[in-house]
Amino acid sequence: MELIFYGKYRALVARLNGELDHHIADSVREEIDRELERTGAVNVAFDFRHVTFMDSSGIGVVMGRYRKVTALGGRVAVFGASEAVKRIMRMSGLERFTVIADKLEDCFEEVAADA
Amino acid sequence: MLRNSMKTEFANRSDNERFARSVAAAFVIDLDPTVDELTEIKTAVSEAVTNAIIHGYEDREGVVSVEGKLYEDSVEFTVSDSGVGIPDIDRAREPLFTGKPETERSGMGFTIMEAFMDSVEVESAVGKGTKVRMVKKISR
Ligand SMILES: Nc1ncnc2c1ncn2[C@@H]1O[C@H](COP(=O)(O)OP(=O)(O)OP(=O)(O)O)[C@@H](O)[C@H]1O
Ligand SMILES: [Mg+2]
Repeated sequence: MELIFYGKYRALVARLNGELDHHIADSVREEIDRELERTGAVNVAFDFRHVTFMDSSGIGVVMGRYRKVTALGGRVAVFGASEAVKRIMRMSGLERFTVIADKLEDCFEEVAADA
Repeated sequence: MLRNSMKTEFANRSDNERFARSVAAAFVIDLDPTVDELTEIKTAVSEAVTNAIIHGYEDREGVVSVEGKLYEDSVEFTVSDSGVGIPDIDRAREPLFTGKPETERSGMGFTIMEAFMDSVEVESAVGKGTKVRMVKKISR
């Protein structure tokens, strides 16, 4: 995973790779939370373009970050997910909490201006 | 008619979740499933195996087994553990129910298994373990 911080917009973009399952979820969650604290970011955008598999553990990671940043007045967005992954997200009602978009530009317009 | 069968057993380590998915995908390939069907099978098996590891055994050591049966137009997977068991199966299967609300579990595992497979049967006894049997038709 690669984490990119856009200071101007207090946003963290998490570029995920490969298979997001329970085995990977713990380290992804810890790394993001550490970086949120370090940078003071309040918005998180998950880049799913390179995610080849996701199960409910991935939903837990996104929902967990949502709970964390909404308490700080931030937002969570997801972009570039495959149809299979989006289906699981819809099933879990994730679109009620997060922006689900095709491209980063559609998540946080502000961030895109800089990206 | 039964075409093929297999059984694999592994330690309750989280890196074996990926192993179990790969085994399930390789086993069903003979029926020439679509990409979507393959993703659905991998996801459902991943959910059941992850549950066995997280909920069944928690911090104890244990063995998870995945059995597969291949028929002419369907596949059946049974994921078993000898862990703590499920006290209320109906409740456990409800969408968004999790027995571990203090962690970041979404409570969607069973719901995903039900959506992606044609049938899901759960047998469980407290203190003995859990068996999840899932069948999926493969359109050919
Ligand atoms: N093999 C098992 N052994 C013991 N309890 C289980 C087992 N499988 C499921 N459960 C119980 O059923 C509940 C619901 O399972 P489900 O997979 O739907 O949600 P979850 O695992 O809590 O969350 P998620 O799958 O979304 O990460 C679990 O929280 C757990 O209490
Ligand atoms: Mg689960």
